[in-house]
Amino acid sequence: MTLSFSAATQKKIDEILRHYPNKRAPLIPVLVLAQEEFGELRDDVKRLVATTLELTPSEVQEAVTFYSQLKERPVGKIHFQVCKTLSCDLAGGEEILEYLREKLGVEANVVTPDGRFSYEGVECLASCDTAPAMFCRGRYFEKLTRDQIDAIIRTGRLE
Amino acid sequence: MTFEKIITKHFDDPKLYTLKGYLSCGGYEGLKRARKKEPQEIIDTIRASKLRGLGGAGFPTGVKWGFLPKKPGEKRYLCVNADEGEPGTFKDRYLMSHSPHQLLEGITIACRALEIDTCYIYCRYEFRYLFDRFNQAIADAKKEGFLDNLEIHLHHGAGAYICGEETALLESIEGKKGFPRPKPPFPAIKGLFGKPTVINNVETVMFLPSILVNGPEWFLKKGVETAGGNRVLAVSGHVKNPGCYEVPLSISLKNVIFEICGGMKDDKPLKAVIPGGASAPILKADEIDVGIDFDSLAKAGTMAGSGAVMVFNEETCMVRVVHNLIHFFSDESCGQCTPCREGTTWLKKIIYGIEKGEGSESDLDLLLRITGQMSAKTICALADGAIGPVRSGVEKFRDDFIKHIREKRCSWPKWSWRGN
Repeated sequence: MTLSFSAATQKKIDEILRHYPNKRAPLIPVLVLAQEEFGELRDDVKRLVATTLELTPSEVQEAVTFYSQLKERPVGKIHFQVCKTLSCDLAGGEEILEYLREKLGVEANVVTPDGRFSYEGVECLASCDTAPAMFCRGRYFEKLTRDQIDAIIRTGRLE
Repeated sequence: MTFEKIITKHFDDPKLYTLKGYLSCGGYEGLKRARKKEPQEIIDTIRASKLRGLGGAGFPTGVKWGFLPKKPGEKRYLCVNADEGEPGTFKDRYLMSHSPHQLLEGITIACRALEIDTCYIYCRYEFRYLFDRFNQAIADAKKEGFLDNLEIHLHHGAGAYICGEETALLESIEGKKGFPRPKPPFPAIKGLFGKPTVINNVETVMFLPSILVNGPEWFLKKGVETAGGNRVLAVSGHVKNPGCYEVPLSISLKNVIFEICGGMKDDKPLKAVIPGGASAPILKADEIDVGIDFDSLAKAGTMAGSGAVMVFNEETCMVRVVHNLIHFFSDESCGQCTPCREGTTWLKKIIYGIEKGEGSESDLDLLLRITGQMSAKTICALADGAIGPVRSGVEKFRDDFIKHIREKRCSWPKWSWRGN
């Protein structure tokens, strides 16, 4: 079966397309929408984006491999992105990544066997005064504590 | 110290982000003044105010606007750079989350001056929690007639520091990977979709309404000889009270740390300060009695950059500081120019070796030699930014590097997570 966007996503794409003079310009926002809908950007998802925006597969691929928030491989349902740049690292960024490795038992960018979690270190999140900071499912966690991480892992929820 | 805040003046008002809240604080008054002026008069006003670009380069905004060709009717664009990613910088996020209408008012003023009808706000993807608030602000302002006939679109990237470089930002809005463009042609001549384009930083644009309301003389009088207004600094690291602070340009870096931010955390002695983001050469503790304006910091051999001040106490390993930053630049180099791609990689490897205790004294000369091979040899400024902390680190904190090499280890305390 050929892959297609849900009606809701298609509506968003149609709306975004009106903001630009050509169909290539919204590629990055559309890839983000595709990722939100299908999880990782697999080959069939990239083909769908290429068809939707009338682009060549290579035009889509060069964007996918360039931007660090676009993922070709699966991430966990909850993907912890811990800032490892200077002000956060001073406040323990590297230790947090070690803690996650210990707690989840997987290396960075590897999904736990139950599919629930993964993590990675990311570059500056612009949250340096509230270090250490983490970005997760569109949300910021500032002055991050062990309790917060423990709670997320225990409940599988971000609350 | 008494001084009048300009752009963060009403930030204590929790409803400032709504249109009603913004209007009750005198919002859109600058636009009303702009509507009574001819476009060229607005440009002249901004030029006379000596407002400088606050994204990092410090280029005079009115002069930048003047580069746009005068061809009435030709399509042209304004792009607002909200791709805040320079390590240590978080002022644009702070400004946008508190006062989106102030940015929209500034955009509308700029577009009147430049006779532009389409603006893209290029925001980094990680700020997506702000998108709804922003789109709501755009809809509200439009409904109440504050955006004239202007189309403002919020566009986002997907994680790439280089897209804060203005021509990489244009490539990204065009749906491409963020490779900076060779210049000339400059964006004012050939920018977004091949059309004349002005790119301004969030904070720069947010100062515009106050200049229209109070006049350029007022703005200039608040600043220093070569730059008008105040500036918002983002301070992080080992200070008692990190955060964003609007300060006068005449203040010294020392006063920012010891008065505005309450001094050093746990009263530990100061070792080093990065005054303007990761690309700014590092200052030693005895070099901080210097003004924070663009020209004073340039004279001190560093830069005001994005206004990101990072502060380090005497227990900080400067090899690790430099390694962290060069790792960042190596990660974020777009890879287009060989001196940058290879140079940042080798600098990172060599400094990592020193940090682990595997370095030799000849490495220090090698590091400096590599930086010489990178400087002024690339399309954009990332490589020159990357060598800032490396050169200043090796030259000013040579003892830290030598200690690692002689003891074959890092003997400084580990950076630890104090969370519970």
